[in-house]
Parts: sequence; structure tokens; C-alpha cells
Amino acid sequence: MKRKFIASGLLAVCAAAASAQNISGAGATFPYPIYSKWFNEYSQIHPDVKINYQSIGSGGGIRQVTEGTVDFGASDATMTDQQLHDAKVKVTAIPTVLGAVVPVYNLPGVNQELKFTDDAIAGIYLGKITKWNDPYIAKENPGVNLPDANILPVYRSEGSGTTFIFTDYLSKVSPLFKSTIGTGAAVKWPVGIGQKGNEGVAGMIRQSKFSFGYVELIYATQNHMQFGTVRNKAGRFVKASTDTVTAAAAADAKTIPADYRVSITNAAGPDSYPISSFTWLLIPTVAKDPAKGKALVEFLNWMLEHGESEATGLTYAPLPKAVADRVKQTVGTLR
Amino acid sequence: MADRAIHPSTPVPQRTTVTALAPDAPAAVSLPVPAAPSAIRSYLSQRGSGALADRSFGAIMLLCACSIFAIVIFIASILVLRSRLSLTQFGLKFFTGQNWDPVSGDFGALPFIFGTLATSLVALCLAVPLALGVAIFITELCPKVLRAPISFLTELLAAIPSVVYGLWAVFVLVPIVRDQLGPWLAKYLGWTGFFGGTNFGVGLLTASIILAIMILPIISSLTRDMMTAVPTSQREAVLALGATRWEMIRIGVLRNARIGIVGAVILGLGRALGETMAVAMTIGNHPVISKSLFAPGYTLASAIANEFSEATGDLYLSALIEIGLALFLVTIVVNAIARVLVWAVTRGAPARVA
Repeated sequence: MKRKFIASGLLAVCAAAASAQNISGAGATFPYPIYSKWFNEYSQIHPDVKINYQSIGSGGGIRQVTEGTVDFGASDATMTDQQLHDAKVKVTAIPTVLGAVVPVYNLPGVNQELKFTDDAIAGIYLGKITKWNDPYIAKENPGVNLPDANILPVYRSEGSGTTFIFTDYLSKVSPLFKSTIGTGAAVKWPVGIGQKGNEGVAGMIRQSKFSFGYVELIYATQNHMQFGTVRNKAGRFVKASTDTVTAAAAADAKTIPADYRVSITNAAGPDSYPISSFTWLLIPTVAKDPAKGKALVEFLNWMLEHGESEATGLTYAPLPKAVADRVKQTVGTLR
Repeated sequence: MADRAIHPSTPVPQRTTVTALAPDAPAAVSLPVPAAPSAIRSYLSQRGSGALADRSFGAIMLLCACSIFAIVIFIASILVLRSRLSLTQFGLKFFTGQNWDPVSGDFGALPFIFGTLATSLVALCLAVPLALGVAIFITELCPKVLRAPISFLTELLAAIPSVVYGLWAVFVLVPIVRDQLGPWLAKYLGWTGFFGGTNFGVGLLTASIILAIMILPIISSLTRDMMTAVPTSQREAVLALGATRWEMIRIGVLRNARIGIVGAVILGLGRALGETMAVAMTIGNHPVISKSLFAPGYTLASAIANEFSEATGDLYLSALIEIGLALFLVTIVVNAIARVLVWAVTRGAPARVA
């Protein structure tokens, strides 16, 4: 009797293990907070699906999913043609949420919100603008008592999606930046000092007078850091927020290609925040294990219907409706 | 004898030897009841020849020693294999190139090699005198009450994880260098050229100071052990010849312990060369070669730690692994130079002569 009981118990455990899906993913650190919230909630609704996500960085995410070591990847940067060509596992990029990069600074005695033009930001990182009272900065900030002090530019020392978005923007607005520095998760900065992570850059700026740097919007808002407005393509100074970031994606929605490999920095539209970007999940186009593939598709549909609305709570900008509808169709093509 | 006794690898002769016990032995035998044979003696007479155990013991120890060679060869070969792409692309120019541009795919490691050597050497210059002072005080001058707490604290410093040092440096050391130490150095030593330019608080100097603090406990506790190993008879002999306390320490102790002290310094240098986290947090992570210690820099180890996780592209990854190879080579070369220096200094010179 007792033995029978144990046997049936074991059987039940085995059955549960067989139907439970353990899905593993790896990639970008930037969307990690919202992803872990989503995966957690989804597992509570669907106890048979467990999604493990390791935030190892976009580069690692692309490498691991294209080599087939994880079931899905995540990246803040679009895959290059070379990467798509070399991939052993072909993947489909699914935009999930949007993020933005904001300029932060430490100017003792200046309480106003500074306005930055594209030329000013590019000039600072090119080493062309070295003083805070440079005409390029002063012109747009009348009435602000800008000091005659050297600017200390701070950048991310490790490769990061934040740097990718920031350099992508600067390459679009400044031909000189494009030819001398270029776009990348890690680039050769001619001036400044590097610090690790958003917290490293933010910490350096908090400590050092007259410093200037860039951090993710979510980091700046959660830590109540003051950040400047940036002039967009339409010539208006826009402050980064979930609304202005979604507006940037909406403005470019029509031109987004079928594979979603698009940069929405310097987007058109009067309300668009210019240093915005999608972040993507990289899902194998044909899943190695059909059961896992099916579970992932179900998760993506849940994310588009329920998950998106939770994004703003964590200061991620949700996909604009036009894009979300298209993504839904793409998810339908996954096998 | 004394110079042998302080060398770590030379076995120290036992103070109580068999011959010393021999005169007492007949006294024991003269008792009416013969003393039972000692446990060791009876074990040795019963265990057979013991040749097999001796040989297998020797073989196992040889295997252990060989594993060191195997590990070194394994690491070196993996580093070379994985960096093949970058090795063929850049050749020796990788070690002399000054450009590190992941976007255009042009990689040169010289600024990183410079940063590693510069911070380690400055750290040694700061740490060695301090460590020697601590060790001399503990072994020769310290009142007994203070000895245990100071030794304990030194060893505690060695056990603190490097990221904690890094955090402390970011919040305490960086502001001090920026607002107090830096301006002072620029004012009084600016003429040397080593303290010019803008001082941001992070840079080669700050990284060197934090490295010095990190290697201080290693050097001082090893030096202390070396100095404790110098027999008291040496000290007494020098004092008996009319030396002052300082002369006794210099002639009787430091002179005898110098090989061990150099060994301690080399171990400290090894840690400084490979230190990653604390340096990455304080050096400024900007690959340039600059004469000024205020300028930011970059080291080999922190470059790998910072850039590896997001490195995309095979050439970039390969170049980062070659940075690892460069660190491996720099460590070997620096160690070799240090060994040659020790050999040159101590060659033929009898240790006891001042």
C-alpha cells in the first residue's frame, strides 16, 4: 500500500517535470529589471513554465543565442549583417520596450535644467568643447551662470548598450563624430575618463565638480538625478520621459523594417526624445525544441497584451500601438 | 649557517638532534626494568623495508610538481590559441601599438602595458618602505602587548576583498587626492613633471596608492616572518661587537633576511600587476600614455574585466585574450628581472659581512 503510494507520487513528480518547461535566456543588462518582473509574473500564472534570464550583456546574449547555448537572447544593439550571416541559429528580433540615455552633469551653483544641443554634446566628447562657458553651451542657456571651468567628460568603461545608443545618436548628428569615433558598444574616446556601469558614471559625476556624462533614463529617474534636455530633429528641447521616448518610436514607426533592425535615435517629430532606442529579445526563428518554442511564443503574446502596461511603472517606455501590432504579427510567424 | 636558516626553501636543522640525546640514554638503560621501545622504533622495525612506500611517495610528489608545469603550459597554450586571430593580424605591433579602437578594429596594447607597469612600480615605491618599517617595528622594537594586535591587523588587511578597497577608494581616497594631496603635490613637486595637468582625483596616482595599501600587508607580514627567522645569536653577536640598535637591525637582521625580503616584494609586485577591481574603479579607464600621475590610465587586467562581457566580434574578443597573454608575459618578464636582480645583488657576497 505504502509502496504504491510512493510510486504514484514519483510518477506525478516525473509527469510534472516532463511538462514543465525550463527556458533559459541571456543578454542585455539594461532591460533586466522589467524582464525579471515579467518572467516572474508569467511563471506564477503558468507554473509549468520557468524562464531563467542571465544579464551578461548584449554581446554575450547575441553570441550565446546564435551558438545555441541558450533558448533566447536579448540585446540593446541591433545585430550586424556579419553577425546575422555567421549565426548558427537564425534568430528573429522582437522589440520589447524602449529606453533612453540622458545627459547628466555636476555644476555647483547651477540649479536650472540645462539645454544641450546635438553639437554641444558631440563637441564635449570630441574634445572640441572644453569649457562650460563655451558659446555652444551658453547660447542655449541664457541666464545661467556657467563657470569658466574645464569639462570632465565621463563615459562607460565597459562595453554597453548605453554607449551604443549614445554613440549611435552622436554619429547621426555629427559627421566628425562618425568619422573619428563611430558607433559601438565600446569606442575609442579621445577625452575623458571611464567608469564602470551606470552607477560608476553617476557616482563619478556626483563627486566631481564640472563633470558631464550619460546614463540610462531609468537609472537617472530612480536615483533622482537631475538631467538636461536635448534638442531633437525638429529643433525643440525635449526632456526624456516614457512619453517622449514612445513618441520617438511612434514617429519612426512607418519606416521600421520587417526585421526591426532600426535605430530610432534623432527621430523626427516635435515630441520625440532624440537619444532613444528599442531593446530586443532574440528568439530562434525555428525552435530546436518545439515545446519550448511554443512556450516562448505564448509568453511573447502575454507580454504584448499584459506586460507592456507594466513597463511605465519601471520607467521603461512601452511600444507604441502601431509597433506592438506589427510585433504581434511577427510573433505569429515564429515556429 | 645563519644565511641558510633564513632562506625559506632550505630546511632548518632541528635544534634537538639524536646526538644531543645520546648522553642521557645510558642513564635510562641503567634502570632495572628495560624501558619499553618507543612507538616510533617499534613501528619502524615492523613495517618491512618501506622501499615501495618511499618510491611511490617520491613519484606522487613528482606528479604534484609536474602539475605546476602542466597548468602553466595549459594556460599559455589556451591564451595563444584563442588569440590567434589577433596575433596573426597585428603580430608584434600589438605590443607596441597605442591605438585601441573597437569600432575600426585596430588594437594595440602599449597603453595598457604602460598603465600596469607604472601603477605597480609606483605602488611598490610607496609600499616597500612602509612595509619594511612595519616589519622592523613588529619584530625588533614593538612592546609585547602591541605585537599581537598589530600583526593581526596586518593580516586582516590582506584578507579584505579588493572590491571593498575599490569602494573605499572611490568614496574616500579619490576626494582626498583631488582636493588635498593632488594640489599639494602639484605645488611642491610639479616641477618634476610627474604631477602636471588637471587632477580629477581618479588616475594613475590614486590607483597606485590603493595598490600600495593592498600589497602592504603581504610584504610586511612575509618580511616579518623572514626577520623572525634570523637567529637571536646573530643579533646578540652584532650587539656584542658594539653596534647600536639600528646597526644591529641593519647588519644583523636586514642583511641576513634580504633574500627573503626581496621574495616578499616580488610576491607583492605579482599581486599589484594582476589586481583588477580596485584599479578599474580608480584609474579612469582611459588608454593613454602620460608622464603625469594625475592623468587617467588603464591596466591590462582591468581592460579585460571591463570589456570582455560586451565584446562583440571575433577580432575584438581575440584582442582581449591577447591582452591576457600580454599580462601573462609581463608578469613572467617582471619576475625574471626581479630574480636576476636578486642573484646579481647576493652573488658571492657572504651574507654576514656588513
